[in-house]
Amino acid sequence: MDHDPVVRNPGTDLDLDWVASVQINTSAVERRAATLPKRRSVKKQWQAAWLLRAITLIDLTTLSGDDTPSNVKRLCAKARRPVRPDLLRALGAEDLGITTGAVCVYHAMVKHAVAALEGTNIPVAAVSTGFPSGLTPLAQRLAEIRASVQDGAKEIDIVISRHLALQHDWQGLYDEIKACREACGEAHMKTILATGELGSLRNVGRASLVAMMAGSDFIKTSTGKESVNATPAVGLVMCRAIRAYEARTGHRVGFKPAGGIRKAKEALLWLALMKEELGDRYLEPDLFRFGASSLLSDIERQLEHHVTGRYAAYHHQPMS
Amino acid sequence: MSNEPQTPQKANGKSARAKTKEPAPKAPTVAEIFKSMEYGPAPESDAAAFAWLDARERRIDHFIAGRFQPPSEGAYFDTHAPARGDHLAKVAQGSQADVDAAVGAAESALAGWQALGPHGRARYIYALARHIQKHSRLFAVLESLDNGKPIRESRDIDVPLVARHFYHHAGWAQLIEEELPDRAPIGVVGQIIPWNFPLLMMAWKIAPALAAGNTVVLKPAEYTPLSAARFAQACADVGLPPGVVNIVQGDGKTGAAIVDHPSVKKIAFTGSTGVGRIIRKATAGTGKKLSLELGGKSPFIVFDDADLDSVVEGVVDAIWFNQGQVCCAGSRILAQEDIAEDLLKRLRQRMEKLRVGDSLDKAIDIGAIVAPVQLEQIDKLVKLGEEEGATLWQPSWSCPKEGLFYPPTLLSDVEPSSTVAQEEIFGPVVVFMTFRTHAEAIKLANNTRYGLAASIWSENLNLALEVAPKVLAGTIWINCTNVFDAAAGFGGYRESGYGREGGREGLHEYLQPRWLAEAKHQDTPAAATAALTPTAPADGSPGIDRTAKLYIGGKQKRPDGGYSFVVPDAQGRPLGEVGLGNRKDIRDAVEAAHASRGWATGTAHLRAQVLYYLAENLEAQRDYLMGRLVQMLGREEAAEAELSRSVQRLFTYAAYADKYDGQVHATPLRNVTLAMHEPVGVMGIVCPDDHPLLAFVSTVAPAIAMGNTTVVIPSERYPLAATDFYQVVDTSDVPGGVLNIVTGYRKDLSKVLAGHDDVSHLWHFGPASESQELEALSIGNMKRTWCNHGPARDWTRKEQGQGRDFLREATHVKNIWVPYGE
Repeated sequence: MDHDPVVRNPGTDLDLDWVASVQINTSAVERRAATLPKRRSVKKQWQAAWLLRAITLIDLTTLSGDDTPSNVKRLCAKARRPVRPDLLRALGAEDLGITTGAVCVYHAMVKHAVAALEGTNIPVAAVSTGFPSGLTPLAQRLAEIRASVQDGAKEIDIVISRHLALQHDWQGLYDEIKACREACGEAHMKTILATGELGSLRNVGRASLVAMMAGSDFIKTSTGKESVNATPAVGLVMCRAIRAYEARTGHRVGFKPAGGIRKAKEALLWLALMKEELGDRYLEPDLFRFGASSLLSDIERQLEHHVTGRYAAYHHQPMS
Repeated sequence: MSNEPQTPQKANGKSARAKTKEPAPKAPTVAEIFKSMEYGPAPESDAAAFAWLDARERRIDHFIAGRFQPPSEGAYFDTHAPARGDHLAKVAQGSQADVDAAVGAAESALAGWQALGPHGRARYIYALARHIQKHSRLFAVLESLDNGKPIRESRDIDVPLVARHFYHHAGWAQLIEEELPDRAPIGVVGQIIPWNFPLLMMAWKIAPALAAGNTVVLKPAEYTPLSAARFAQACADVGLPPGVVNIVQGDGKTGAAIVDHPSVKKIAFTGSTGVGRIIRKATAGTGKKLSLELGGKSPFIVFDDADLDSVVEGVVDAIWFNQGQVCCAGSRILAQEDIAEDLLKRLRQRMEKLRVGDSLDKAIDIGAIVAPVQLEQIDKLVKLGEEEGATLWQPSWSCPKEGLFYPPTLLSDVEPSSTVAQEEIFGPVVVFMTFRTHAEAIKLANNTRYGLAASIWSENLNLALEVAPKVLAGTIWINCTNVFDAAAGFGGYRESGYGREGGREGLHEYLQPRWLAEAKHQDTPAAATAALTPTAPADGSPGIDRTAKLYIGGKQKRPDGGYSFVVPDAQGRPLGEVGLGNRKDIRDAVEAAHASRGWATGTAHLRAQVLYYLAENLEAQRDYLMGRLVQMLGREEAAEAELSRSVQRLFTYAAYADKYDGQVHATPLRNVTLAMHEPVGVMGIVCPDDHPLLAFVSTVAPAIAMGNTTVVIPSERYPLAATDFYQVVDTSDVPGGVLNIVTGYRKDLSKVLAGHDDVSHLWHFGPASESQELEALSIGNMKRTWCNHGPARDWTRKEQGQGRDFLREATHVKNIWVPYGE
């Protein structure tokens, strides 16, 4: 899966005409989002394989006020061994080297996660920049990014200033995201749009473009803290923005839906959405991630069901 | 961007299909799929469907008088699964005797069904809705097996719409007396449905017919008999009284026997325009009510401010829904020039991702073409398109080898002069053209003989709502396509047929005015033709000649032929002379009527003012007109009544001009569905031979009140009442060309109107003997006709001489779907 490597998106100048030309028809987008899962169905070994793939795309996440080194360590252990070995053997998947895509934590937990993942290729992602509201002073947010990178984070999930998007201050938004990207240095930057707080799909489409022009490596739907998180309609709009950006600039940008994705079935829908809208290349961890915490347990249960034919219990899966 | 090669995917339900297959290729392992991330088969089980078929020994009989009955002549034909080639069942071939038996059963059931009353009928229709919902998957699987359509569509679209149609019409059955108090059922209704939506078209036909109190003889298409047979079982299961619904299987011959049956009072047909023509001709002059839902070549108009990614999905829903075998398929993309290349690129990219395969696979977009002959026709037309210069684009993957498949196809570089831009292909083939301005888009959209539907894509509602009324089609979808609901009427303009299915407007197709149902059938008296002799030279000293001329384009015109004729008074003495119009005069009048189509776009208030003004000026001419009417009618009181009623009638239609308005239908989507009443266009009106002024006013006023422009053939006996009227017209601000009057021999002139392909509707109140020929002549452009078949209308009575029946006949209902949401 290491073919055709992704060259990091260098960003472009802010093209306000392009931003203004974005048209999103909400009803039509919702119709597509509603029918897509009915058009694609993945069963039997195809489903098992797709779910294994989904695991490799998970940013296994804990973002709680009560996070401590111990539960972060437990999370990292799960990231290394996300599926019971007996299930992997039964699936013939023990040689696939399945781990989650990353572990995602608050800045304060980055060094503990880095330590717990030593010896693996699993990157640590940090939500920096005054997560989740992003309303701390910019200088402070940039300092937080540098601190997270300093502590060993390979990926930085930033949040945008929603007020800039809501006021259509695209220049302001562009400048902030660009500054964050500079602060990230070699670390890959995922830009959280907090779509549930952007007011409309049209605004989501426009903010997606600005985020990519400013050099985001990924665009991400939500913090998981908004009342509406990753909906398929939002996913469609963002994926189509990614497609348009690639078509015009040649740069690839990844996508990360996050928040509220808990069921294996939802993961299959997101995979189908990526496959249909962006193609198979976007089913790989360098271009697609799920932000999720409880999704993995449900996937494990479905895998067990595939192997045994019996419906599985949560407590049979080792917790994270 | 390539898709994995697609192989036929067989459903692995435990079916009783005995067919030897090549050994299946080795299934890939989890590890292999983990790397390839390909789709696998996702079969819907066909077990229950085959169990149902096997339980009836793979034999589908007629359903007559509440029982399944074998064909009287013992003949069966076969039905196959187009995606697999499997034989599904043998099907009864309906003979004349079978049709006779079914019609007889329907006739016998009529009185009992009507005696049940609204609530009694509503309960049965409701029970049918529930039954369909409870057995929805079996219906869906049978439908997909038999037709070849993807199970996703039958499961998620067809069957839910079917259930919804019965629910909605259970409601109409319940409310019919309150909501439509002056209406009566028609009687035995014959219904002939196509193979593209067997179950849905059956629901569209049967539900309103039953709700209105009729009984039914329905013939499914021969390619797709199964779901109707399963529905017949539902009728039996819910205890529907025997004979209320009868299903006769068979081919075109069976259909013809239904159409020709004298006891069938109404024919409802959905299918090709070609067959629609045959049916119109066959029923001409019989007085059978007729609704036809025919072909289409619906435009799909994309403006440069549209959400192009959503447009692409719209195209998928427009032309790759049901393999493009959809009468209202958006088969002509009209794209604004500046986004055309971009749209083409996006479309091609999307087409790569479409999946074609077995109809019971849950992960396909496109299933099988219904029959080999259809596949050949698609192929032939696409090849012709290429020969005529179109650029063909199909995805890089290939269709399964087994089964009747055709890949999604895009033909660009197409011009209106290309065959593929005009002919209905009825397959997964879309043609692509461009336009520069919205005016050009409208022109291209209307450059077709059809008028079923149109789709308009723009984020600018000002633009979309300007274009929607100007595209001549029965359904307009703004930023969506192929959405349907029982509460909204569906049906065509032009050669896409007439009548509506769904909503209040659809219910009228199964009802008639109560006075008509109760009246004794007697013919309209024919005109006395003895007076129609060319003028003889007058004896003695001439007065100042005052021969009435024709009235065309707001001007008095001498008849092209240069003849006039004498019109007698009530005593048979010469009263005056009028011009003898001929076919060229009709031609000129139709052209003048077209030139004044701006009348339709003015406000209803303005039309009301003009009609009031007509009344005012009619009143002002009272003395002169009274004198003339007394001469025509011989009696002063009759003349007085005639004049007063005419003035009142003008007031009536002046009042209606801005009150016969449309509806916003309550369809279950986030949208407003606007049912607009639009004028039909250029109308021909043939006046009756009684009530010289009143009948003329009663027919002309509703037509022009609704925004039509007219060519009127006045009574042969009383043409002077019409020519006197044009003097009133001249002083009443009626734009020239809105009302054109051609006097002469009614029979000859009305045939010219009936055969004129640029006249949209013909009203004929002459003798019934003439309507056969006129209705037969109407097939040139499938114009609507409203002919006199029954009792002569009493023009003095309100319920017969004026009102909504006239307005309904002077309008089309256009449903405009406008989804909203930011």
